[in-house]
This record gives sequence, structure tokens and C-alpha cells, in this order.
Amino acid sequence: MAQDRRTRIGRAFVGGIPHARALNLSLVEIGPGRAVIEMPFDAALVGDPEAGVIHGGAVFTLMDTSAGAAVMAHDSAPDGTATLDLRIDYMRSARPGQALRAVAECYHVTRSVAFVRVETRDGDDARPVAVATGAFTLMGGAGS
Amino acid sequence: MSGAVAALEAYRSRVPYLGFLGVRFDLHGSSLTGVLPHRDTAIGNPVPPRLHGGVTAAFLEITSVAELGLALLWAGYDGEGMPPMPKTIDLTVDYLRPGLPQEAYAIARVDRSGRRYASVHVEAWQEDRSRLFAQATGHFLMPSAHG
Repeated sequence: MAQDRRTRIGRAFVGGIPHARALNLSLVEIGPGRAVIEMPFDAALVGDPEAGVIHGGAVFTLMDTSAGAAVMAHDSAPDGTATLDLRIDYMRSARPGQALRAVAECYHVTRSVAFVRVETRDGDDARPVAVATGAFTLMGGAGS
Repeated sequence: MSGAVAALEAYRSRVPYLGFLGVRFDLHGSSLTGVLPHRDTAIGNPVPPRLHGGVTAAFLEITSVAELGLALLWAGYDGEGMPPMPKTIDLTVDYLRPGLPQEAYAIARVDRSGRRYASVHVEAWQEDRSRLFAQATGHFLMPSAHG
């Protein structure tokens, strides 16, 4: 798949999805089966008002969106994808005021299923805030 | 029960993200249903419009936490500050059908709870209670003040 097609796909994921726009998601990087998406800190997304920590649901949304973008950027060039399941492990609280960055990798595809893992970090801390693994449907494209 | 009801209202009104999604709770006795109103900003796939999977997951997690609080943690809530909150350890979401651009409902069940950990199953539907569009299982760390 050509890089300009991947870039179009990545931009459509953050710009063409109403809820991604509501979270102000932005595309940082997109490559073969890989997407990096950032979510800026927003007080409206706080889940723990005493600590000022972003709600896990917003982190889940960031990771699901990144995973979908990674599937669409896979070399099998799918026409569409939907989440079958996604499991998220919350390692630690995100730091108040910091943007979150999710790195998603679509590491295996079959004719009809894509497998993805995602890690989310804040700042330059090596310890992830959350990791997720999921299975996604794969519609059309060169792989089917 | 009144402490728990006040805590449920504090959870709904004091957590910004619940207001962002518009989540509210229906309570009939001790039976809790989470309600997710339709909002255009909750859409993922624009054509045809489908609920974003992340919003669905968040709604399932929020309803699970409310059920845990109501069933196990909030009876003694005195109205001061935030009630004690469980922390999500992990959440596995199954997407069974596309989420339609309309109101959604969820009911959670505590499958196991101990001093430190609880396991919850939660189901969500829209028009038909027998046709779930998503379900999830989560593990939660209970606040240390509890037990």
C-alpha cells in the first residue's frame, strides 16, 4: 500500500470520525499496519476529579481508534474493519495534564480477522499507562 | 440505601467524563440500569452512523463501577466529597452488533467480590433486551477503606 493512501486513511480516522474529533485525536504517524495517535489532555475527560486523571473509557477510545487505523493501514488493504473484541489492561493512572499517545500494531491478519496490540504512554515515561490486544473484522481488500 | 443513592448521584454529577457522555442511571429499588443517551458526538463510523466502540466500552465500564459501588461500597457514604471508587484493572469488551445512533442501556452483575478484587459482567442493548450489542467482563481493585 502506498504511503499517501495510508496517510489518507489515518487522517480520515481522526478527522472523519465524530467521536475522535470530540476527543481532539490527532494522527502522529502511520505506516504499514501501524498507527500512532495522540489525545491531548482535556478536563472534560477526567474520571477521577480529586486526582485529575483521565477516565479509562477515554483511554479505551484512543486505543480502539488507533487499533482500527492500524488495521486499515495494513498491506492487505481492507475496505473496512470493526472491533470484534478488545481487552485493555490499565497499568497505572495517566498523569494529570499530559497528552496520551497510543501506538497500535496490526501484527497478524488472516482472510477475515486482524490481530492488533496497542500501548499507551504519557510523556516520555517508559512504563505504559495501558496495553490492549484485540481482534478486528477485515472486510474486502487484497487479503480476502 | 439513601447513602448509596447519594453516592450514585455524586458519581454521576462530579465525574466530568460521565457528563461528557451524558450517562445517567435508572434505579428501581436496588436494581441499576445505566442509560447512554444518543449524541452525535458519540458516533464512530459516520456512514451509516454507528456508536463508537470506545463510547460503548466506556459506558460498560461506568455501569460496572456504579453497580459495584451501589452493591458493595456506598451504603455508608456521608455526602462528603467523592464516594469510594473501585479502580479498573482490566476490561474485555465483546462487540456483538453495531451500536445504533440511539439510546443504549446496560446492566452489570457482580460475579465475585472479595476484600481486594471484584469481577463484573456487564451487558448492553438498545431496542431489545434479548439482543445485546455489547458485553464485557472486568476486574476491579476495591478501595482499601473497604474491609
